[in-house]
Parts: sequence; structure tokens; C-alpha cells
Amino acid sequence: MEFTLKTFIFYGFALMTVASALIVVTVRNIVHAAFSLMVTLFGVAGLYVFLQADFLAATQVIVYVGGILVLILFGVMMTSERFDMPIQVKGHIERGQLLLGGVIALALLMLLLTVIANTPAWKNLTDDGTELPPTTERIGELILNGPFLLPFEVVSVLLLVALIGAALISRKEVRD
Amino acid sequence: MSDFRAMLAGFPYFNISENFFPNLRLQDGRNWAEEFIQNVVIPRLPEAVASHFPVEIGTVLVMFACAGVFVGVVPLLPLVLVLAERKVSARFQNRTGPMRVGPWGILQTLADGVKLIFKEDFIPPQGDKLLFLLAPYIIFACSFAVFAAIPFSEGILVSDFNIGIFYIMAISSVIVMGVIMAGWSSNSKWSLLGSLRSAAQIVSYEIPLGLSILTVVMLVESLSMQEIVASQSNGVFSWLIFRTPFAFIAFFIFFISSIAEVNRTPFDLPEAESEIVAGFHTEYSGMRFALFFIAEYANMFAVSAIAVTLFLGGWEGVLPGYDILGGFPGFVIKSMGLVFLMMWLRWTLPRLRVDQLMNLCWKYFIPIAFFNILGTGIWGLIFPEDTVISTSISCAIIYIGLIAAYKVAGRGLAQRPAPQPNF
Repeated sequence: MEFTLKTFIFYGFALMTVASALIVVTVRNIVHAAFSLMVTLFGVAGLYVFLQADFLAATQVIVYVGGILVLILFGVMMTSERFDMPIQVKGHIERGQLLLGGVIALALLMLLLTVIANTPAWKNLTDDGTELPPTTERIGELILNGPFLLPFEVVSVLLLVALIGAALISRKEVRD
Repeated sequence: MSDFRAMLAGFPYFNISENFFPNLRLQDGRNWAEEFIQNVVIPRLPEAVASHFPVEIGTVLVMFACAGVFVGVVPLLPLVLVLAERKVSARFQNRTGPMRVGPWGILQTLADGVKLIFKEDFIPPQGDKLLFLLAPYIIFACSFAVFAAIPFSEGILVSDFNIGIFYIMAISSVIVMGVIMAGWSSNSKWSLLGSLRSAAQIVSYEIPLGLSILTVVMLVESLSMQEIVASQSNGVFSWLIFRTPFAFIAFFIFFISSIAEVNRTPFDLPEAESEIVAGFHTEYSGMRFALFFIAEYANMFAVSAIAVTLFLGGWEGVLPGYDILGGFPGFVIKSMGLVFLMMWLRWTLPRLRVDQLMNLCWKYFIPIAFFNILGTGIWGLIFPEDTVISTSISCAIIYIGLIAAYKVAGRGLAQRPAPQPNF
């Protein structure tokens, strides 16, 4: 494979993603894990750019880093008395649990490897000069004028239900 | 001088062609840095060197140089803005402001900067050292990354992304992480309280901000900043703010939400001095504090520049064909006007309470912003093309609406009982 600037930057992003993801699962301080997750999500956004999915990359940053990660940190900081407590596994782990967890992890690994192997756009890493139309247009066509219209509407109704539910739960009880 | 390009064309190595700067589209195989190397640098080199010139490394160097220009030039902006703020606030309070350092005190900010450099760089011993050191850089970097997509002029633009405005929103949403990081790692209750307030405020106000941007995107049918500007090229009445009445409302929602995003009065609860000292940067001193300060003022200019690009014509002039209030100087003048408006509001209005802040966002701005989107859609169905008729109707509705708002607000103020002195 030709080693160009693009491949160099790509491996930079890949290294960033994998290394910070390793830190997320190994570090004992949960706040450090959350901030490391930020780097992971940024790295994944960078990989989306290499897949020529610019809209998805920005969405990744805006939704996961700007929204969900902030919610995670809020949850960590507000629900626990001592949020800087180190994470540790206490007590004995059953062999059955270990086996089940291993099987699920292996299945997930196989699934992800299949997806990676079958993603054709990685080939664009080395060939240059091909310009694709903006992804926003295609995404809009597919969602609002194509096969994904029904799932899109169902998801939006689901989100509305979740929103109303959240408002109902968090609302103060009115006593009369 | 309508443009920097005319000025730069005098220099042999800065001979910038018409379509030289734009087009770092994410999907392009080549970008402008590479084109600069291929078209400008290599033809000027001797034969023997040119054939072995490392294009890839050169591209990276050009990109770094461009980033360096931004990191070098953009901090000059806060230098001006800080002094402007002090002078403006002084005028509002019938003072003279800084007068000692240089004529009319124009070197005051430089003196303050030097003072900050020589101050002790204090790191709280009980805090989280790594995150404490990292937080200012995250905020600083994100504030500056926004400038990469702002079109200062037709040619002065780092990159014209397909997703320009969406990229700006995404990058500026990362600032929250830096704020939380700074607040948590300081190990101080003021910092933590300030950062949580700030995060709640920024996350909340991002929704009306995004929805009012969506109004513009629906009208232009593009996310690219240059295309948004290009759609406003027919003089002042083609500016998006006058295009539909809904965009007019969206501009005010956008601008007020931006003030909340950059944590300025009347939305400066995260930095409320009387309650939580200085908010999330209480524990910072010296250069790290200066980084927060620079980022804050750079942000202020950035949101004004975005508002100008989206609603007030960007670098396009007032009259079609004439370069009045257009080009790079016009863009800066318009942005500075909005910055002045922010300062004006800051030194006029008192601070809101937390519940007022959240009520304003969730109970007023978000419903109005949704109504705007619906209205823009209907407007687009009635007037598919932007014509003289649609603009006239829009301006008439805006005019009537403003008068009605004035009458209603005036009546409300008149009915309110006069404030009684309370001793």
C-alpha cells in the first residue's frame, strides 16, 4: 500500500481512538475515563471523515461529545456522594459469568470485524481526485424521500415519548 | 482597498488567483495547501529541487503555517476587544477608563498581558493536575478552530466545508467539555458550581441556537458558509434577516442565545462574581487565565461573525454591485457592530436568575424557534423563489410586527405601577 499523508493521518486517528479507548476501560478514575472517552469519540469522528462521511463526523462530535458525554459527567458528578471513588471489582467472579461475558465480547468482535472488512469506502484512503456529492443531500433524500422515511418518523415519535416521559418524571408533584 | 487579495497581489509569492483559497472540501482529493505547493511553490523552484520536492510534507507545512497565522493574528482581536470593553463600560458609567498606559490608555491590554505572563502559575495541590493543565488548551483550541470556517471575505477563508455551519456548531459544543474539565480539576466548590452552571446553560441554549440556524439553512438549502453568503449577494434586502419574517425572529433568538453561549451578562451566571467568585476559572492564574480570557473574547467575535454571515449578508455589501460595507473591511465592521451591541447589553442589563434563564430558553425560545421552522417551511411553499414580491411582503410584515411589538410592550410598561422607593 502506498504510504501517503492521508494514511499517516489515518493511522494517527486510529491510534488515538484505540489508545484512548484502552484508557477508558482500564483507568480507575471514572472522570478520567469520561474525558478519555471524549478523545475516543473525536478519533471516531476523524475516521468518519476518512469514510467521506463529513456530516456524520460533525454529528458524532455534536451529539456524543457535546451532548451525551456532558450528560454522563453530570450524572457522575451529581448522583454520587463521592464521584472520585476508584472503580474496582469486589468479591468473587463466577466462572459462568466469565464465560458468558467472553462469548458476548467475541461475538461483538466478530460482528465489528465483519463490518470493517465489508466497508468499501476505506479504499478511498489512497486513491485521490474522486469527488463525491455532499453527503447531506443523499442523507436528506434517503430519510425524507426514500426508504428510511418510516423508521425516521418512528424514531422521532419515540424521542417525543421519551421527552414527555422525562418531563413527567422530573416534574414536581402538585398537591391539592 | 476592497480586499486583501489586491494588496497581496503586489508581492510575487502571494499572487493569489481567483479560486485559490476556498475549497478545502472534505471530500476533495486535493486541498488548497496541496494546490499551493503544486501551482505556486514548485514552479518557482530550480529544476533539480522541484523534481524531488516532498509535496506531502510541504502540504503539512503550509497547513501548519496557516494555522500559525490564525493563532498569531486572532489573539490580537481580544487585545483590541478587551480595551474596547473597558472603554465602552467606562463611557456607560461616565468614567474615562484606562488612560495611563500610552495615549488614551491604548497600551493597557498589552501591559496587562505582560503582567499575566510574569504571574505565578498556580496549580491547586489537591486538584487533578493533568486535567487542570489540559483544560485551558481544549477551550482555546476549540474557540480557534471555529475561525477556520468563518468566511472573512471571498478569498480570506481557511476552508469552505460542505458542512460549514454544522462544523462550527459541533466544534463549539466541545467547549463545554473544557469548562467541565477546568471546574472539576480545580477541586474548588466555586469552580465546580460555575462549570456545572455553564455547562447546563450552554447545552440548553444550543437548542434554540441550532434551530434558528436551521431556519437559515432551510432558506439557503446549503450548510456551506460561502453558499450562505452567496445567497445574500443582492444588496441589503436579500440579506437573510429580511428574507422572511421568520428569519427576522430567528436572528434575535440566535443573537440572544449566542450571548448566553459565550456566558456574558445578562447570562453570566457561570461567572457571577457575587455568588461564585469567578466561576470555572477561579483557580487559574497567569498565562492559563489569560488563555481563558483570550478564548472568551475570541468567542465573542466568532459568534458575532457567524451572526453576520448567517443573517446580515456576510462579506456582501449593502448595494448590489457596489462594495459599500462589503469585503473584508465591511465584514469586520458589521461583526464589530454586533460585538458593540453585546457590550452595550452587558453594561446595561442586570443578571438573570437561574430560573429566569432556563424559563427564557425552554419556555420561550425553543417553542418560538420551532414555530419559526414551521413558518419558514410554509413560506418556502408559498414563495419557492426569492422575488421582489416576497421580499416586499416580508419587509412589510416585519415593519408591522415591530410596530405592534412596540405598542404592546409600551402598553405593558405603562400599565405597570411606578416603582416605589423601598427604605
